[in-house]
Amino acid sequence: METQTIGKQEVNEVEAVAAKSFEEVSGSVALLEALIVEGVDTIFGYPGGAIMPIYDALYDYHEKLTHILVRHEQGGIHAGQGYARTSGKVGVVFATSGPGATNLVTGLADAQIDSTPLVCITGQVFAHLLGTDAFQETDVINITTPVTKWNYQVTDANEIPEVLAKAFYIAKTGRPGPVLIDITKNAQIQKFKYKGYTPCNHIRSYRPKPIVRPQYIQQAADLINQAKKPFIIWGQGVILGSAEAEFKAFVEKSGIPAAWTILGAGAIPTNHPLNVGMLGMHGNYGPNVLTNECDVLIAIGMRFDDRVTGRLDKYARQAKVIHLDIDPAEIDKNVKTTVPVWGDCKETLPLLTELVEQKVLTEWHNLFKDYTQKEVDAVIQKELNPETGEMTMGEVVKILNDITDGEAVIVTDVGQHQMVACRYAKLNKTRSNVTSGGLGTMGFALPAAIGAKYGTPDREVVAIIGDGGFQMTCQELGTIMQNNVDVKIIILNNRFLGMVRQWQELFNERRYSFVDIESPDFVALAAAYRIPGKRVDEREELATSLKHMLATKGPYLLEVMVTKENNVFPMVPQGCSVSEIRLK
Amino acid sequence: MSKENSKVSPSGGDLEGAIGKQEFNITVYTENQIGLLNRIAIIFTRRKINIDSLNTSPSEIESIHRFNIVITESEDVVRKLCRQIEKQVEVLKVYYHTNQDVIWQEMALYKVSTDVIAEKVSVERLLRENGARAVVIRKDYTVFETTGHREETDNLIAILQPYGLIEFVRSARVAIIKDSDGFNSKLREFERLEPGEDVIENEYLNKGDKVFTM
Repeated sequence: METQTIGKQEVNEVEAVAAKSFEEVSGSVALLEALIVEGVDTIFGYPGGAIMPIYDALYDYHEKLTHILVRHEQGGIHAGQGYARTSGKVGVVFATSGPGATNLVTGLADAQIDSTPLVCITGQVFAHLLGTDAFQETDVINITTPVTKWNYQVTDANEIPEVLAKAFYIAKTGRPGPVLIDITKNAQIQKFKYKGYTPCNHIRSYRPKPIVRPQYIQQAADLINQAKKPFIIWGQGVILGSAEAEFKAFVEKSGIPAAWTILGAGAIPTNHPLNVGMLGMHGNYGPNVLTNECDVLIAIGMRFDDRVTGRLDKYARQAKVIHLDIDPAEIDKNVKTTVPVWGDCKETLPLLTELVEQKVLTEWHNLFKDYTQKEVDAVIQKELNPETGEMTMGEVVKILNDITDGEAVIVTDVGQHQMVACRYAKLNKTRSNVTSGGLGTMGFALPAAIGAKYGTPDREVVAIIGDGGFQMTCQELGTIMQNNVDVKIIILNNRFLGMVRQWQELFNERRYSFVDIESPDFVALAAAYRIPGKRVDEREELATSLKHMLATKGPYLLEVMVTKENNVFPMVPQGCSVSEIRLK
Repeated sequence: MSKENSKVSPSGGDLEGAIGKQEFNITVYTENQIGLLNRIAIIFTRRKINIDSLNTSPSEIESIHRFNIVITESEDVVRKLCRQIEKQVEVLKVYYHTNQDVIWQEMALYKVSTDVIAEKVSVERLLRENGARAVVIRKDYTVFETTGHREETDNLIAILQPYGLIEFVRSARVAIIKDSDGFNSKLREFERLEPGEDVIENEYLNKGDKVFTM
């Protein structure tokens, strides 16, 4: 305060402020106030008995908080994930007790394994009914403990501001993750003296960022500078840490070829000259084979998932491994690290960039180019440019690339179409790739696309979904209809659960066990939801249909009948080393 | 997670993961929070690892709890488990030690029939030889108590069994770390916004030369 003496009027004002800030509010109002201070604009949810007081309070907040009524809580949480992935903000989800809460579990597990920041609020029965098998009571805290970064049950409204502050802090800091707050109905109703909301910035038992230690950065730089065949592999950590610029600077200065995990896609553009492609089971040929030839492997914000490493005891054994990660538990978890670089890569990468020498690794890059050419000849050419026969998934993605020029957000489900889309989609911008990586949740894409659109309303959002996965959450067409959500849906229909079929073909002697799936008339289904659509059977219609879809205002569903028994290649068969990747 | 002067050799390769199982004492300092026991327990159960012994009680510092967990595993596995435990939001610090690095005790209670024991046994000798004491002596039964390692508490079971041991119970293990300055000073570091070296997560490179070679 500037004035030394406080006038009487000022004192009155201070008192008035004090009195106002101690006003009695309900737990529900305190919750919504917390969301507003945290910058939340959109909530995905579904009401029910035990969360009614919060929904009653929400009635008066509809101008400040957009609530999207989903058709199933799983849809709600996937939408929250999509929102978080494109916006970089915390996704917020409401669900009621019992079945409402249990329907969140798949999404929580998905968000936990893919490090997506979420705050889920579940209603719970009155505190005095806990443990009585009351109507719609489930032990949500214990059910969700393995699949949340943190969870907490609120039974007293006084706890709400502090608990919400912790929830947001925990969800978005360090390695992000889902947080679930279970609030008993009495706490939602209870009035208490509200002292305002203060965001949290410290929890004594929680260290979101490990201390950056210069000695290891120096050691890492020394290794890189001595390397003849260094190789960068990056993951979603670069995106989660908003370190795209720092990462690009590091890659460009060091001149090292860089490949991405599925969730790292787009952190630097697809067509960046140093971006050598995708890692993993259906990744590109060169990045997989040359993982076992590099001398220094620099892993940045990735966790050596088994779909990336293949057989672990034959993974990069020749290489010195530098691992940059914010989560200390990831260091040495799967792959032994030579130099660990703990910390937020937004902080560690610039330090490393400063120490690495500028290099031109022509021979090494040429090796990648050779492998790329082999892959183009054996796989890519015929996948993207088939001239006869039925349509392929790859050609749909290729034409989409041509039309959107890589500016769209691509949301994918799980299976063959996901691998094809991630392999071939052109991504110019970060946060353009939304998919269920770690958990492989079929049914993810449609609701996630809804959230993705709310997370980045100005961008085109295209969901690419298989005929199987679409039917897992197609009720969310209702959400799209009611809110006129501008998402474009492409169903790549091969009339099979294609990925399982591919495995049955390759490893189970074509014993096609329950992978033959019939579908409804998807275009008619969309029409029932008043969503325009079209089915494409012939190649000649494909480009114009895609153009028409993208030119249409509002939602649109395009079903493309693709060849039935196409396989995704290259492929690292399970139990094989990355260097044993197959081209056919 | 820290390993303080553990006498096992640092893990050098993947092979070691499969062999060299031994008892490890995991010490966990946590906030006092409902549900945290479950959160820690599932880290073991998820990997189908049996917890041999688990003790939790308030530590010497108000509001902070201390877990003593005993498992039989290789050091490689234990180190990974400890990192997963330390990753939990409400866990302050995790240490692991071999049995050589801790002083540990378990307490046991034995209920026997007073008549039988008084008639047939030289109680005074029994108590002295086993470092036991009588906690309760009633007409109908007597309760002895002894504290020690597993073999010692087991030994008294064997001695009392022929005289109609009615009931027996043994506590979880409590263990004190031989080479530890305690947690009091470290806690102050945790309460700071910018922590010092003491609270660096997952410090295992304090003898960095073992890991890093050019």
